[in-house]
Amino acid sequence: MAATEVKAADEAVTAAEEPPKKPVDPDFEPEIIVFACHYCAYAAADLAGSMRLQYPSNIRMIKLPCTGKLEVIHLLRAIEAGADGVYAAGCMEGECHYLKGNLWARKRVDHVKDLLAELGIEPERVEMYNMSSAMGAKFAAVATEFTQRIKELGPNPVKRKGVSPHAAAREALGGVAMPDEPPPSAAAPVEEGHAE
Amino acid sequence: MITAERKPFDEILELVGDKKKVLVAGCDTCVAICLTGGEKEAEILASELRIKAGQDGRAVEVEHTAAIRQCEWEYLDMIAEKVEAADVVLSMACGIGIQSMAEKFSPKIVVPAVNTNMLGMPQEHAVWLERCGACGECVIGETAGICPVVRCSKSLMNGPCGGSHDGLCEVTGPDKEEIECAWALIWERLNAQGREELMFINRPPKNWSKSSSGGPRKMVREEAKPV
Repeated sequence: MAATEVKAADEAVTAAEEPPKKPVDPDFEPEIIVFACHYCAYAAADLAGSMRLQYPSNIRMIKLPCTGKLEVIHLLRAIEAGADGVYAAGCMEGECHYLKGNLWARKRVDHVKDLLAELGIEPERVEMYNMSSAMGAKFAAVATEFTQRIKELGPNPVKRKGVSPHAAAREALGGVAMPDEPPPSAAAPVEEGHAE
Repeated sequence: MITAERKPFDEILELVGDKKKVLVAGCDTCVAICLTGGEKEAEILASELRIKAGQDGRAVEVEHTAAIRQCEWEYLDMIAEKVEAADVVLSMACGIGIQSMAEKFSPKIVVPAVNTNMLGMPQEHAVWLERCGACGECVIGETAGICPVVRCSKSLMNGPCGGSHDGLCEVTGPDKEEIECAWALIWERLNAQGREELMFINRPPKNWSKSSSGGPRKMVREEAKPV
């Protein structure tokens, strides 16, 4: 076989091996777990609420004292329990209340991406985001963007009936997860002068 | 301490085969300190195996546990119940721990989830360097506390060789990182100690029969044996 034919044949094989892009199922509502830092993302979510910003209701928040408390197993447990996507939202780099917690979290998220790739699961199902407590708009934008990303990926292949990823992730965290706070009242003052 | 690295996931899957009840057994001593096979890592591997099984639609039960030390019989008793209930045990201990498990619980199938790689020193957090080859006849009293057996790429007893240049070895590490020439280090430290004359000792060929080349080694301390 001539070299060009071999190359053409190789290209044909590569093309055949590429999985076809799955069409987005309009009825698929992903379940997404968000590990949110108490000092930034959780407050940003509050702010997004106060600002009456819309973001998908697919996300389920778990509040942490710092994303540095997040470990590899917590992310895996959420995936194992069927979460379609998981992300950590920590402070802006260099602004962690505990100095480096968010940098540790990023490393761990990256490690989980590698582990998922090894398992044949899309690494894009986990992500790390940074935002400050004043970034209500970014919180909403991230939630929207990530939900869209997961909708395009489709459901987690390890979905299990009757298992709540949110409850499983909370359980894995044990005493680390902080209790949820009631939503801020409508009368709560919106911080001014801290817009993105 | 003994260090180990986890095997690639596909190799672990192959070792587990089609067994339905899997126990991932960590060891909370050396391999826990080197962040490879402690209880935390055992839990991670167990979770990965469950995710994989769920993805493939296989009904597999995966549990995890950890012994304080897998290389001692007493500590194995503490995890015996879980081991007995499993079809296969994936041990994350060093080669010693894995064999202790396989022997203690024979004929239970015990397979390794890690590759034991060296006797290493934690140089900084998450970095380990080989420091001892367990050669059975330590020479570092004459070499300024630097082991030529594992730190010289050629294990030379009379170094340095012609491949030593500016304190570096001609050989590089697996990631192309530079390796310090052990004999250059020895010379520098002997100088600092004022013991340069030790550099000029002519050391005869090493007796490797005291190392693993002499067959399986055994150590008995008669005075300490139970009466």
